Amino acid sequence: MKGKVKTVKVDYLARVEGEGALYIKVKGNEVLDVKFKIFEAPRFFEAFLRGRKYYEVPDITARICGICPFAYQMSSVHAFEDAFGVRVEGPLRELRRLFYCGEWIESHALHAFLLHAPDFLGYDDALRMAKDHPDVVKKALFVKKVGNDIMIRLGGREIHPVSVCVGGFYKVPTKRQVEAMREDLKRGLDLSIELLRWVADLKFPDFEQDYEFVSLRHPDEYPFNEGRIVSNKGLDIPIREYEDNFVEEHVPYTNALQSYIKGRGSYMVGPLARINLNYDKLWDRTRDTLKSIGFKVPCRNPFKSIIARCAEIVYSFEEALRIVDEYKEPEKPKVDYEVKAGRGYGCTEAPRGSLYHRYDVAADGTVLSARIVPPTAQNQKRMEDDLRAMALSVMKLPYEKAVWRFEQAVRNYDPCISCATHFLRLEVDRS
Amino acid sequence: MAGKVPRIAVYKFASCDGCQLSIVDLEDELLEIGQRFEIAYFMEVTRAARKGPYDVGLVEGSISTPHDVELIKSIRKDCKKLVTIGACATAGGIQALRNWANVEEFSKYVYAKPEYVQTLEKASPVSEYVQVDFELRGCPVNKYQLLELLSALLAGRKPNIPTYSVCMECKRKGNVCVMVAKGIPCLGPVVQAGCGAICPTYSRGCYGCFGPMESPNVKSLATRFIDLGMNKKDVILTFRGFTGWSKEFREVDGLIEG
Repeated sequence: MKGKVKTVKVDYLARVEGEGALYIKVKGNEVLDVKFKIFEAPRFFEAFLRGRKYYEVPDITARICGICPFAYQMSSVHAFEDAFGVRVEGPLRELRRLFYCGEWIESHALHAFLLHAPDFLGYDDALRMAKDHPDVVKKALFVKKVGNDIMIRLGGREIHPVSVCVGGFYKVPTKRQVEAMREDLKRGLDLSIELLRWVADLKFPDFEQDYEFVSLRHPDEYPFNEGRIVSNKGLDIPIREYEDNFVEEHVPYTNALQSYIKGRGSYMVGPLARINLNYDKLWDRTRDTLKSIGFKVPCRNPFKSIIARCAEIVYSFEEALRIVDEYKEPEKPKVDYEVKAGRGYGCTEAPRGSLYHRYDVAADGTVLSARIVPPTAQNQKRMEDDLRAMALSVMKLPYEKAVWRFEQAVRNYDPCISCATHFLRLEVDRS
Repeated sequence: MAGKVPRIAVYKFASCDGCQLSIVDLEDELLEIGQRFEIAYFMEVTRAARKGPYDVGLVEGSISTPHDVELIKSIRKDCKKLVTIGACATAGGIQALRNWANVEEFSKYVYAKPEYVQTLEKASPVSEYVQVDFELRGCPVNKYQLLELLSALLAGRKPNIPTYSVCMECKRKGNVCVMVAKGIPCLGPVVQAGCGAICPTYSRGCYGCFGPMESPNVKSLATRFIDLGMNKKDVILTFRGFTGWSKEFREVDGLIEG
């Protein structure tokens, strides 16, 4: 084997949530090593959830991630509702969707414009980008603020909202309180369309892979809270069969488990996967804008995930406005249910992708076991596969540019490292 | 510090990211913060990392690995002022629940190969390892208190952060007391204000994000919970949450009779 050994090392990856590192080594025409390492400290959520009460779980799991706390609340709430046999319908279900719109908007706007867009234009950060592109950054900050405002109005605060509980909410907003959001949502919708057009004009590296995309799919709606887990390669299962189809392994250099689909390998979750699998469920203005910028599904270029992310912002504004228009105050803030012993499964679509929870609960509501698989753990193997696939061509770039390109490729996935590190599971060899 | 542009560094230890995210959630003020401060080190926001020394270090997260211990000591040397932000950095955070358990068993429960995982027996507040100049409470911090802190740093004055209880905020909001009227256990009487009494506003009891107020009467409140019909185990769980490892809440089991 001939050729010089070249390595790229990034000890602390910037503009992602949490602490991660990259290591890539090639020699001649061979990629010797690719690692996306997570060195964030373990926090042991699944261990200390045992012995807590089921009603404490949504508030505790929220603390896994300050960027997508509502997703953690929702996946746990749905898992307990599954265990207790509770169905939440009507306006309460609509409020959950509205809440999710808020979280997608704030999280996607943060990632797309403050963390990811600077890569495409060669800025170290969005503050520096704002000097040359003040309009874009200001529009993005407004959009992000409207997303956070939904969270505040429905949950008291944008990070770790306090209104969510099993069966519904501790308290629900009045019709008037919900309608008060309308004007900002309309303005946010217009601005988000402008922002979607803006990202479509960025320069995208030429890179495509034959991905297996995975997300929820629901017969009537773009997926937030419910649906079946599907893929473009034939997967179509109910949530409770997740663990029969996905496996995780613990590798030595990372504090997170890596997921793969049994018998196939790595897969992608998140906005690009969702939009490829659920394009037909988008609302008109989102689809029309995507058509006008020439975005077609399936899109297999991960650098274009920023387009999918911005399209989901537009969708979230459209969906939020629909809910605001149709909202009727529920008779009760939560449905009645009986606590009983059992096992429950929940999977919802966090901004970064599918988030799976499973709990065993005792008859008095005490948690007996917990299992959580965050989106970043699911994407981790896929991120490494991307880095491996592009390593030889990227290594031909000047060193600084190569480092930056690898970083950008990881940011395509909007990794949330705080999430990924905490949820590793005990048994690996189930088969 | 008045007059010059202070160099600021933001660090993360074991945490959810929510407290440093609160800086970025100041959407209306963010661009001006970027002008008033030199953001010299803030990995979540920028890949341009400048070397210390820094005028101010903001630290999120609790100290929970051998590496954290070394790092926080070197950060202390790099920063003229060190401010901890949030429940993890000031009280150990939710991951401090391990402090009552066997961390080896935890590691085996969560990880397939616990031998790959390096961790300390306890997750601790930053102040257990280095001197801290100011602590901003909350899970997460209140972003407007964070803004007050930044303004105070610019002006070279002490931040104006109240240390009275959540009850004060709750009364000012005109809420009906959830404990008196509905018998819902609420930590408000012993927890520091700062959140705006949001939990009672949403018809539920305070669960302690901002940690103990100045001179809290923990025993009296714990006894009241027992009188409301809670068993001792549930009373302990109520205190043992996001700020459970704070000095005043840590010993609650010894304060309850029975």
